[in-house]
Amino acid sequence: MSSFSVTEPSKRSKWFAGTLVIVYALITMVPLAWIMLTGFKSPADAISYPPKVLFEPTLEGYVNLFTTRTRQTDEFLAANPPETWYEEIVRQYDMVIAGPSKFGERFLNSVIIGFGSTFLSIFLGTLAAYAFSRFKIPLADDLLFFILSTRMMPPIAVAIPIFLMYRQLGLSDTHLGMILLYTAVNISLAVWLLKGFIDEIPREYEEAALIDGYTRFQAFYKVVLPQAATGIASTAIFCLIFAWNEYAFAVLLTSGTAQTAPPFIPTIIGVGGLDWPAVAAGATIFLLPVMIFTVALRKHLLRGITFGAVRK
Amino acid sequence: MARRIKGLSDRAIAWIFVAPTIFLLLAINIFPLIWTINLSFTNFRANRLNREVDYVGLRNYERILTDTDIWLNMQATAHFLFWTIFFQVLIGFTLAYLINKKFKGNDLWTTIIVLPMMLSPAVVGNFWKFLYQPQIGLFNYIVAFFTGKDPSSFEMLGSVDLAPWSIVIVDTWMWTPFVMLICLAGLRSIPDYIYEAAEIDRASKLRQFFTITIPMVLPFLMLAVLFRGIENFKMFDLVVQLTGGGPGSTTELTSINLKREAFEKWRTGYASAYAIILFVTVFGLASIYVKALNKVKER
Repeated sequence: MSSFSVTEPSKRSKWFAGTLVIVYALITMVPLAWIMLTGFKSPADAISYPPKVLFEPTLEGYVNLFTTRTRQTDEFLAANPPETWYEEIVRQYDMVIAGPSKFGERFLNSVIIGFGSTFLSIFLGTLAAYAFSRFKIPLADDLLFFILSTRMMPPIAVAIPIFLMYRQLGLSDTHLGMILLYTAVNISLAVWLLKGFIDEIPREYEEAALIDGYTRFQAFYKVVLPQAATGIASTAIFCLIFAWNEYAFAVLLTSGTAQTAPPFIPTIIGVGGLDWPAVAAGATIFLLPVMIFTVALRKHLLRGITFGAVRK
Repeated sequence: MARRIKGLSDRAIAWIFVAPTIFLLLAINIFPLIWTINLSFTNFRANRLNREVDYVGLRNYERILTDTDIWLNMQATAHFLFWTIFFQVLIGFTLAYLINKKFKGNDLWTTIIVLPMMLSPAVVGNFWKFLYQPQIGLFNYIVAFFTGKDPSSFEMLGSVDLAPWSIVIVDTWMWTPFVMLICLAGLRSIPDYIYEAAEIDRASKLRQFFTITIPMVLPFLMLAVLFRGIENFKMFDLVVQLTGGGPGSTTELTSINLKREAFEKWRTGYASAYAIILFVTVFGLASIYVKALNKVKER
């Protein structure tokens, strides 16, 4: 505090504001912390009353998440002693591991569809955004607004004809179908955000390159793309997070081969109802990458959220 | 000669760059929309492909607009919209105001507050169902701890009175950060010299708040409300995981009802008309709102 300023809040008001914000942040973290804790509980600890904060951690939830298990006779159990630590966990309930569960596949689907659609949205979106930013396109503003307004449709409303169309084209429950769909949903926001980033790059750079004998296309990928890299990266994160989290289309249009994790995780059933530690373990594995991403890239991400909303 | 082989004309490049995006949007947004409009005039059922499809004119629309159950769903949606926006604006603005005091470490805490909105609503909503369990759930336990009630004496998801509030709580928890970030952008856009000038004029802090801070943040706040309004009008994933529309149909928001008509009862034509009505409603309300917003901005 080198110089006095009337707009600089006093020390006391800073302290007061800080305390309130931190209290809110801690409260808001409770449900997330609880998901992570529950993932390491035994089923009995997970549903105990009062809720347990201190407990003996176990990997049971994670083992149950990744495996399917069957009950076996005492003779079978006696004749085949458990060989691994995860076999041992399952043996407590007189069960043996029958095979892997579908979680791994569903998670992989989320990765394929998430990254596939993000790549496609960014690829197409950057090209379109560059064109909208640099060239005179007839009705450009109307077109842009129209592109954005398609996001006002409830996903279920869009899902009806998509469902019929995909059934005809054989795209139901395929990776390609989901990638195209998520790209179509994401691209409006991607073009909108990217146009803003490209607008900020001075035209003089390209013009200089064009005079130096570059073609328009070379100028685009040698001059504009590197300049827009951070903008492209933060747009990509938004596309990825949307595709990663999406549920409505996934639950309606996929059932098996292309099902992503969000419709799958709530259906993990244990003995007598939902297996909460396994659900929590699945949720943890699924949510943690996004949380780490958010904290690590907070500068770009937070700017991106307000940038997209506040422009115009 | 040398100039002519310098690649495609700008015009050609513009179209090559825009065409794939336009094509994709036509194929996956516009064409389905037109198809939905067409279906909305028929009695088509997607689970019975062999049956002959008849055009029934405006009958689907007539039935929806005169159906009292649908008005109940609209009421549930309105309740959800009003209270989520109310709480999110209240808490979001307060938080932004506090964060703007620039205390030490504010950006890290901001990020932590933002976390819920980055996560999958379906996965998180499903887990909140666990927190809301009457006997064993953490939410009930904490409420009981502070109020002295028996934690199994109330059911957030199972009771007709509490279920509409249970979804408001989770949505507020999840999306308050969004309103907060936009308000924060608004607060940070106010230049210091305005406050300095007010200080010279001896305007009180309270007066500065109402004559500078609030009016300058208002356009941002209204924009946040617009985005939240559109999003929550479409709300599906979070609520379907939490309550599934129940108990009865107390939390059956329009999207959940639409899903039921389209993919459980398979009344495709009817559901298409419903979808069009919803789209027109959102679009109409949003357009009116944007006009109001522009008026505020001009001031």
